[in-house]
Amino acid sequence: MTINTLAKGGWDREQMACFRKMEKVIVAMQDPDMGMKMRNQRLLITVIPHAMTGVLGELLLWCLTEAVHLSGMLVRYGYIYPLKEPRSLVLRPDESPYRFQTPYFWTSTRWPASELDYAIYLAKKNIRKQGELMEYEKERYSLLHKRINHTWDFVVMQAREQLRASKQRRKADRIVLECQEQAYWLINRPPLTLCAFCLCLQIETCRRALGRNRVKSSICLEGFVKYSEQYQNHDPIMQGCLPSNPWISDDTAHWTMSSEIVPTPTRLRVERWSFSFMELLKDIMGMREFMLYLEKEFSAENLCFWQACEDIRHGESSRILEKVEDIYKNFLAPGAARWVNIDSKTMDKTLQGLRHPHRFVMDDAQMHIYFLMKKDSYPRYLKSDLYKNMLAKAIVPQETKKSVFPFMRRQRHSSPSPAQAVIQVTEEDGHAKGAGRAGTNSAAGSHV
Amino acid sequence: FPKQTFSLCCKPFRCRSLPARRKYMRSPLVPEMATQEVQLNETLSHLKTESDTLKTKLEEERAKLHDVELHQVAEKVDGLGQFVMKTRRTLKGHGNKVLCMDWCKDKRRIVSSSQDGKVIVWDAFTTNKEHAVTMPCTWVMACAYAPSGCAVACGGLDNKCSVYPLSLDKNENLAAKKKSVAMHTNYLSACSFTNSDMQILTSSGDGTCALWDVESGQLLQSFHGHAADVLCLDLAPSETGNTFVSGGCDKKANVWDMRSGQCIQSFETHESDINSVRYYPSGDAFASGSDDATCRLYDLRADREVAIYSKESIIFGVSSVDFSLSGRLLFGGYNDYTINVWDVLKGTRVSILFGHENRVSTLRVSPDGTAFCSGSWDHTLRTWA
Repeated sequence: MTINTLAKGGWDREQMACFRKMEKVIVAMQDPDMGMKMRNQRLLITVIPHAMTGVLGELLLWCLTEAVHLSGMLVRYGYIYPLKEPRSLVLRPDESPYRFQTPYFWTSTRWPASELDYAIYLAKKNIRKQGELMEYEKERYSLLHKRINHTWDFVVMQAREQLRASKQRRKADRIVLECQEQAYWLINRPPLTLCAFCLCLQIETCRRALGRNRVKSSICLEGFVKYSEQYQNHDPIMQGCLPSNPWISDDTAHWTMSSEIVPTPTRLRVERWSFSFMELLKDIMGMREFMLYLEKEFSAENLCFWQACEDIRHGESSRILEKVEDIYKNFLAPGAARWVNIDSKTMDKTLQGLRHPHRFVMDDAQMHIYFLMKKDSYPRYLKSDLYKNMLAKAIVPQETKKSVFPFMRRQRHSSPSPAQAVIQVTEEDGHAKGAGRAGTNSAAGSHV
Repeated sequence: FPKQTFSLCCKPFRCRSLPARRKYMRSPLVPEMATQEVQLNETLSHLKTESDTLKTKLEEERAKLHDVELHQVAEKVDGLGQFVMKTRRTLKGHGNKVLCMDWCKDKRRIVSSSQDGKVIVWDAFTTNKEHAVTMPCTWVMACAYAPSGCAVACGGLDNKCSVYPLSLDKNENLAAKKKSVAMHTNYLSACSFTNSDMQILTSSGDGTCALWDVESGQLLQSFHGHAADVLCLDLAPSETGNTFVSGGCDKKANVWDMRSGQCIQSFETHESDINSVRYYPSGDAFASGSDDATCRLYDLRADREVAIYSKESIIFGVSSVDFSLSGRLLFGGYNDYTINVWDVLKGTRVSILFGHENRVSTLRVSPDGTAFCSGSWDHTLRTWA
């Protein structure tokens, strides 16, 4: 209850609500089509427009029509249902019996009606009397049977249980309950429109798929053969690995030699950099080597730009804005220190997007630079002395001979946990590193 | 042949659950309800016929460019010799069915989750348990290791995906620092970090997949298109890194664009639920494993199914699949307790691995391809090499 209970004019708020309702009725009464009849009336000698005679009669008539309409609605929405012809939810002006619907089945208390309940109801009807289902009910039944097929056992079981329970009631109660349920489902059966949504999505996907460019099978499948061939030597399960597979020999030398940063990488690893540009960039050492090469060619800003864009795409949402600004300052602004050469169309589009920066705002520019490096710098790197020297001095580990005493098992040493590595770093730096360290932030209280 | 104990409810909560975000379009009640009904049914049958016509047209288009079969192209490739793989490590410690596992980028650590709500981080090489968390729900069906190795994500019947940062302090309760990221309206079936610790992709029994920001818990993108529970997903190893594939109970495998949320491609050739999807290492294709006891290979450029891996004698469903590093071998974990190894190119079975004493529920090849790990309903995980 508010302090100020008096509205304008000194009337109570509750009373004002009533007045408003009355005013609505008054407006309806004056409706030109459905309202009360009004004519010009003579008062002595003056003609008064829009006057009524026989007001009591007219008012009663008007109210009566409204009442008929209201009671019709009560029946149509199932609050009162007929016992004799339960399917026809119409108010008859005769002596046929009606009943009030139990509040359990009122629309507002049971919304939304679930498909499962409707399926159980239809199953009950079907079991009780074969062929009692109406046309549209049969259709719904088969549709539901297809849709929720995996729980159909449950549905039938529930229906049987409910039928068994109802048999134990008195006949009168049983009829009442059946009528109640029937009336409820007449109004509230789940609409089929949800299915329409799925169909629309399917149609959209099909249309889009029809517009695709497809490649001939022979070309695609040849690609698999080539890929498997190229990577066969690198597949430890197929060809084994040097010096030995750690899982078989308990010797972790293979992992030590292939760890992220090593003084000399293995030959297989350096070879893999030549398979594709993505392989080179996926490997930290490969990316470092490529950066060295680009610095010699004075085009290192391309790789730096690409790395910065990747950082935005996969980093924290909260830092997107600042990272985008940094990129603009360092790489895109006219006269920037490390200006990247993007074609004018992409540059314009990117600059426009910068007005409303989001995670993918740099995508076009990033792709342009990626393909530039892939088509131009990458092939030249593979032909360069830098790469060839790397390949030459790369080590080929000796295969460990099988142990002379096969029953002696090597000590299995544990390795430092990646989580530990991070904690050491944070202690050194004094603050958590940027992207990639979820949860090490000590301000954890706000996140749970 | 091992005796089967048939349990009806292997996938919990398979009741048709309707996507929550879509409100029912309540049909307005008019006196002539019959005509309303008729109108609705007409629209629906129109849509259905249009959908069916388009699907047939699509199949015709796809068939036009199919000029050769995979095993024909593979005739010139050498066959694979004797194949010997053994269990090298057995990880015992879960008190109930192991449902999911994932490898850490360091190639030796794994995280696994089980039906009793326990999530354990192991050093699979030494078989030591390093961390353990008890989830507040049972049936933890999804777990994933963060790329940095500093956190794990898991979820299941709680309808959520939570991220637990891994702490090395033995006294610290990991559950205290838990962070709820994803919220679905039905069980979580799979989750995966994208290229960094900052985003998680999830799939759920509510029929949708979703991309979440870990820091804020915000929903970045949702993916609608499956008509039933989505059971699995896998991220594409592509240059532009923007797509992923999902498989569901509606027998469809959908390829999605992460940026726009649209379904780019859809494949519907399986005869039952798709339990697992995994990309071919090059990113140009993906394999799927299904309850219809087959694994299939779908090529994304040819836009069609290109191989089926099945045998008359295999009648139990596939729960999980993964490729070896070169993509030549496909490992499938089956509900008949075995693991079948397939030659991807020739389409033949290379080997069958026995060892588990109950159905194999999850299978992943290690990041460097030196081994693969399988988890089973017999409460154990095995590393094979």
